[in-house]
Amino acid sequence: MEKLTKDKAKWVYKTMNDIRNFENEVHNIFTTGEIPGFVHLYAGEEAIATGVCAHLTDNDYITSTHRGHGHCIAKGCDLDGMMAEIYGKETGLCKGKGGSMHIADIDKGMLGANGMVGGGFPIAVGAGLRNKYLKTKDVAVCFFGDGAANEGTFHEGINLASIWNLPVVFVNENNFFAEATPQWYSSGSKTIADRAAAYGIPGVTVDGKDLVAVYEAAGEAIDRARSGKGPTLLECVTYRNYGHFEGDEQKYKAPSGKEKEEANRDCISQFRDYAIEHQLLTNKEAEEIESQSMADIEHAIKFAEESPVPRPEALFEDVYAN
Amino acid sequence: MMSRRLTFMKAINEGLEQAMEKDDRVILLGEDIAGGADVKHLEEKNEDAWGGVFGVTKGLMPKFGRERVIDTPISEMGYMGAAVGAAATGLRPVPELMFNDFIGFCFDTILAQGSKMRYMFGGKAKIPMTIRTCHGAGASAAAQHSGSYYGMLGAIPGVKVVVPSNPYDAKGLLLAAIEDDNIVVFSEDKTLYGMKDEVPEEYYTVEIGKAKIKREGTDLTIVAIGKMLYVALEVADRLAKDGVDVEVIDLVTVAPWDEQTVLHSVKKTGRLIVIDEANPHNNTATDIASVVSDKAFDYLDGPVKCVCAPNTPVPFATNLEQLYLPNADRVLKEAAEIIEDLKK
Ligand SMILES: Cc1ncc(C[n+]2csc(CCOP(=O)(O)OP(=O)(O)O)c2C)c(N)n1
Repeated sequence: MEKLTKDKAKWVYKTMNDIRNFENEVHNIFTTGEIPGFVHLYAGEEAIATGVCAHLTDNDYITSTHRGHGHCIAKGCDLDGMMAEIYGKETGLCKGKGGSMHIADIDKGMLGANGMVGGGFPIAVGAGLRNKYLKTKDVAVCFFGDGAANEGTFHEGINLASIWNLPVVFVNENNFFAEATPQWYSSGSKTIADRAAAYGIPGVTVDGKDLVAVYEAAGEAIDRARSGKGPTLLECVTYRNYGHFEGDEQKYKAPSGKEKEEANRDCISQFRDYAIEHQLLTNKEAEEIESQSMADIEHAIKFAEESPVPRPEALFEDVYAN
Repeated sequence: MMSRRLTFMKAINEGLEQAMEKDDRVILLGEDIAGGADVKHLEEKNEDAWGGVFGVTKGLMPKFGRERVIDTPISEMGYMGAAVGAAATGLRPVPELMFNDFIGFCFDTILAQGSKMRYMFGGKAKIPMTIRTCHGAGASAAAQHSGSYYGMLGAIPGVKVVVPSNPYDAKGLLLAAIEDDNIVVFSEDKTLYGMKDEVPEEYYTVEIGKAKIKREGTDLTIVAIGKMLYVALEVADRLAKDGVDVEVIDLVTVAPWDEQTVLHSVKKTGRLIVIDEANPHNNTATDIASVVSDKAFDYLDGPVKCVCAPNTPVPFATNLEQLYLPNADRVLKEAAEIIEDLKK
């Protein structure tokens, strides 16, 4: 596994900031009514997408979820194109036809945010099958929520990856809640990682707010997959800063106690402290990254606002190939 | 009957409440239909966190408890199949499929199991269950949360499908669906939830299988499904200015649809347009067109016209989504061909 070098740490810190700033801005803009539809924000969970994608290249594939902005950014999708997509503009990554829940960029190995909870499992398995069939060293990563773990596709997907020994890493983002339903209510197994035993694959639980912990565990799982040793189920425990979607009152979140303390722990400042302490970043570098990130997001917003809406004919295009 | 103005959403909520009061075999299942299961601070106050993603089932868990208003994990195949099993063994479940677009996750339970049990078992089973779900574009919910699949579900023998267009019908049809001994899909247009109208306080039912004539006319029949009724009524108003007298029929039930009312009207007017928000092939509109062309051919003065969504998924961008939806201008364009001779 590649060590967390200074260069990597810079990329990590920039990526985490990009995600946070992107989401905070989308949150603000949403209240003005400029962004239509459903928006599910990733803020708070940055360490997972970042720590995992730090090991991936454009040739590796990921599948994402309805909460997909963070995965897109960490996989290298263009910020301008993403923001324009969320605004429903012609210059969006999906020409404005997908929206927040369907942002995708196959050239970057990003197989799409997904409006279907649990939709990603079999698709990631398919990408893994392709990698194995073509004898590449590429991997596929399936990001999924704690709620998604209760869909039948979880079982069928992971079982297939196991029996075919595919290079797929299943990354669970356990943020305690699926909409307003807690993980402890909906899962018979205490942890998601516990279930790996049923498929004969490694199951690992890490602190999903600790970038370094995610980075190391993901690195090991991805190395394992690349070297032909098969899938891993990696559970990252985290919390989302905002509601399930914009407009959620979040009555189900604990007002105090252990859950609230966990909620208040911030993965970005935690990594900043770590990086400075371990001389991966200086204070000055961190500040430069922070302002560069803000400038990049502002650029993306301006780009989105100034872009045209799709041409009417676009309605009929891209239904079939050719 | 005492009545007051209620939203479409509240009318459904009240229907569920009255069905549950009347018959304790009625249970609700679905994702976050209460919300906050096993969350201590909510449990202490007997509070629901959500009451469904749109709030349709709000307040039912506090009233009836979690034994009857059951939050499920995200396991559509599991709970929809459980509803079939519970219905076959004597309960009257009302599962909610949050969006009709999620049907793929649980289709087997309806397609191969619930809809066929009675027939396969020689009439020895009943599956009294009502699947509440929602359909429809216009909420910027994008391709996987905006489709209209009532027609597809209605194509399955053994499944009834109703699509209410207003709060009164919503409550009455829901109660009729829950009383019905078959699988009834109750498909709500998510963009109508806020619509207000008079709704009686009492328990009442609206007959399944019976279309409603919303406006009488002699020149042209327009049959509309759900929200498309309002497009039809707008067209009728606009054509009235040209002296064309339009009869507007709210289909109400998509399966089995009311052949008698539709044929009777077409035999009077000789012209038919069907407005259906579903994609244009193999939908309810094409089915009506085919039956009418067959059974009322001699009465027709022109081809039956279907105005539907295009053969595309629902686009996200607002301007494209508006183009996707059938509207009055599109209907008038189609109408022009068959009413040319009528315009005064
Ligand atoms: C098949 C399907 N079922 C239900 C939904 C509605 N829904 C959207 S997100 C969500 C909760 C997902 O929870 P989880 O997988 O834990 O991800 P999180 O939102 O916590 O990131 C639900 C139930 C859906 N989009 N697709």
